Amino acid sequence: MTITPDIIKKHGINPDEYKKIVSLISKEPNLLELGIFSAMWNEHCSYKSSKKYLKTLPTKNKKVIQGPGENAGVVDIEDDDALIFKIESHNHPSFIEPYQGAATGVGGILRDIFTMGARPIATLNSIHFGSHKHIKTKNLLNGVVSGIGDYGNCMGIPTVGGEVKFNESYNENILVNAMAVGVVKKNKIFYSKAKGKNQPVIYVGSKTGRDGIHGASMASAEFDENSEEKKPTIQVGDPFTEKLLLEACLELMQDDSIISIQDMGAAGLTSSSVEMASKGNLGIEIYLDKIPCREEKMTPYEMMLSESQERMLLVLKSGKEENAKKIFNKWDLDFSIIGKTTNTKNLVLNFHSEEVANLPLSSLSVNAPVYDRKWKKSVVPKKSVSKKDFKSLNIIDCLKKILMSPNNSEKSWVWEQYDHTVMGDTIQKPGGDSAVVRIHGKKKGVAITVDSSTHYCLADPTNGAIQVVCEAWRNLISVGSSPIAITNCLNFGNPEKDKIMGQFVETINGISEACTYLDFPVVSGNVSFYNETKNKAISPTPTIGGVGLIRDLNLMTTKSIKEIGSSLFIIGKTSGHLYQSEFFREVMQIHDGPSPKTNLFNEKNNGLAVQKLILKKLVNSVHDISSGGILIALSEMCISGKIGAKIKIPHNKINIHEYLFSEDQSRYIIEIKEENKKKVSNILKENSIYFENIGNTQKDNLDIGADLSIKIFELNKLNSFWFKNYFDKN
Amino acid sequence: MKSSVIVFPGSNCDRDVAVALKKFKIKNQMVWHEETNLPKSDLVVLPGGFSYGDYLRTGCIASKSRIINDVIQHAKKGGLVLGICNGFQILIETGLLPGVLLRNKKLRFLAKNVFLKVITINSKFCLNFNKKNIIQLPIAHNEGNYFANNKILNRLEDKNLISFKYCDEQGQISKDANPNGSSNNIAGILNDQKNILGMMPHPERLIDPLLSGEDGAMLFESLVKSN
Repeated sequence: MTITPDIIKKHGINPDEYKKIVSLISKEPNLLELGIFSAMWNEHCSYKSSKKYLKTLPTKNKKVIQGPGENAGVVDIEDDDALIFKIESHNHPSFIEPYQGAATGVGGILRDIFTMGARPIATLNSIHFGSHKHIKTKNLLNGVVSGIGDYGNCMGIPTVGGEVKFNESYNENILVNAMAVGVVKKNKIFYSKAKGKNQPVIYVGSKTGRDGIHGASMASAEFDENSEEKKPTIQVGDPFTEKLLLEACLELMQDDSIISIQDMGAAGLTSSSVEMASKGNLGIEIYLDKIPCREEKMTPYEMMLSESQERMLLVLKSGKEENAKKIFNKWDLDFSIIGKTTNTKNLVLNFHSEEVANLPLSSLSVNAPVYDRKWKKSVVPKKSVSKKDFKSLNIIDCLKKILMSPNNSEKSWVWEQYDHTVMGDTIQKPGGDSAVVRIHGKKKGVAITVDSSTHYCLADPTNGAIQVVCEAWRNLISVGSSPIAITNCLNFGNPEKDKIMGQFVETINGISEACTYLDFPVVSGNVSFYNETKNKAISPTPTIGGVGLIRDLNLMTTKSIKEIGSSLFIIGKTSGHLYQSEFFREVMQIHDGPSPKTNLFNEKNNGLAVQKLILKKLVNSVHDISSGGILIALSEMCISGKIGAKIKIPHNKINIHEYLFSEDQSRYIIEIKEENKKKVSNILKENSIYFENIGNTQKDNLDIGADLSIKIFELNKLNSFWFKNYFDKN
Repeated sequence: MKSSVIVFPGSNCDRDVAVALKKFKIKNQMVWHEETNLPKSDLVVLPGGFSYGDYLRTGCIASKSRIINDVIQHAKKGGLVLGICNGFQILIETGLLPGVLLRNKKLRFLAKNVFLKVITINSKFCLNFNKKNIIQLPIAHNEGNYFANNKILNRLEDKNLISFKYCDEQGQISKDANPNGSSNNIAGILNDQKNILGMMPHPERLIDPLLSGEDGAMLFESLVKSN
């Protein structure tokens, strides 16, 4: 078969890239080789547009054991334990086939964790949909939630938290970002770098089918009206097999048989074999006749590009094959010696006793294209002139509108479909500021959160990115943890457009700035470009997954108000920023204007002060003030604790709406026992923290002078109305 | 007291229940599904999960597994058998307990804490619930909607073979408190001899004050006490 320009184009390779291929390998590639290039050089696998900027992120500190570049990031959580975690997108497949797309998103991220030797202890997710009024939304949401649920539930790994958001910019490009967390002993971490020639290369797990061929390439292009035709590129998940694979891998990892291990994720066998060999500066030779196939007459091209799920590639120490085989047979999984490592530094594929491909590995990895794309600075919207008068609006009506809006509604309809208590260590369930999972058998635990802020990031990508990192940090602080590190999933439109590239560059700058300041490094992540349909891109959406350590779970805090008669303090200054707030968006229908700025000094200072109070056992409950402002945060605390509050607006230059609904950053509400008030005030003053005592907790009602009086059960009803109504009533 | 937890491929609450058994000083061992001889045990636990992927009907393939003959023999000789969630589904498929478990009424997986009323404490599993008969335990299932014909239901009621029913916080057994559509709000049942208990809720997940409750502990304490 001759390679025509049309074939090259269909592989997503542009003419310049093709020229580069020919020069790198000193020959015209055959179809299989071209397919391999398309799998390795696409945006999803090569990071060709993002690499330049990703390098600028802070990725190290003394707690980081492994930063970006491996299957997942690893941080030290003391006592010889390490935490492995990563977030990844599965956006494109989930839009085309929501159930399978989301399910295999979870499967893929879990493999990244146990590939490194860790038993996964939790998953989380951040899912974004179009407007709830959009015709596809209900079906997509339903499919994604059952897909995530069915996969995690069957694996027996709790889904402990996440977020569900709606925004028109995702009408034709939903986001499914899945995060997984695992625990491993520090000296038992497995890596993907192969070592030594003539070591056996082993294929384990499911058989290879024709599903998912060119999946990674699909995720590297915009959608058009024919996107539905891409269904055959969607992988199909089998959580049962993954559960077996998990147990088999962890069993084999008990001894030292494995030299290196890599899951077959995006670009399947191609990317796993290339990565293992090139990281080890070796070559690799594969006999494709040995690949366990699910379907008949599969060609080398299909085998190399299939993205069938639940498969792993191992390099074993030679001589360990028999013992390893026994383990995989016990778990009823395929085990096949498919090749060996070599010192040629080439990828060599054989089929029916013939060499069918031979490529220098460097051409696929280090010499893959890297672009310095043009970018344009984003225009930060000015304060709107259309600002309407809101001073006459009834507080209770505003509160109701926000509490009942899809984005601010309570989401148990979603997370009750996820088994969140399996493994018996979920200490803080979904619905809190962060999930908290105990390290099995110990008194310590990890706090985990996933956050994003669509409209802040659209209004101002740099500032939005800073805010999201801080929000994650704040959520970790709120439950009593010490924040450690983050993983990020960067969802954007088409990077070939300077505006989109500008959003990306500014987002990276924002993340860098915040992470550097907070000593909160980025240890893993992924970039998803081309979330764009018919020239309409999504809002720039960096999703941040953060983890923190709670050394003693008895010191953990929650947002539930604990008792009647305690004091409520607002930590941090409220200056009345309403642009991009839920109040402006949901109540006033004002969508423009700048997002609130985050002052990193205040962020850190306020957070560390709250942390100090928690560790000294001086607070009953803590909640960060985010979307919706003080009144929403307080309502959530009351609902969750089934206790009311009576507050007074402090004498302030701002109006009551601004006080209650503004989304100024770096703020918390804390509940303090009456007898600790003095002590707390002193500590806050010593640390130069701005705070206000706004009132007390009380029975049953939330009262604000003459402006608001509402029963807590009524608040709860309003807040839990939307999802049930959307799905259970037609 | 000695117990065996049967591990099927796809079981995923096997560790959790083993942790609980150990906490209550029950000497436990894990038994792989391909074994043909059940070790000497006072109690056999069929844990939650998705045995064999729950392909076909839930619990169906496990009910034909190698180890299951010995489990049936153990049960018929009066040995204790506890089936939790998927374990309950397996017990139904083996015929050791009557009825069927259908998909939840709303056709969705459901994971939440529910209130249960202890209907009879008259079994070795439930002795200790004399202290408290409205308890809270988590459920996490897609197929927990217990269904049986009236003859079976009447028999279960008349012979006092229903151990737990879904109820509300006050103990009212109402339709609103029924999470999955089970007939008569049934959450767990016993066989005639009361040595076999099948239940959808997970007692092993609430045995620790840090986990927001300890009601599950009473079941394990009952087992220890009864021995």
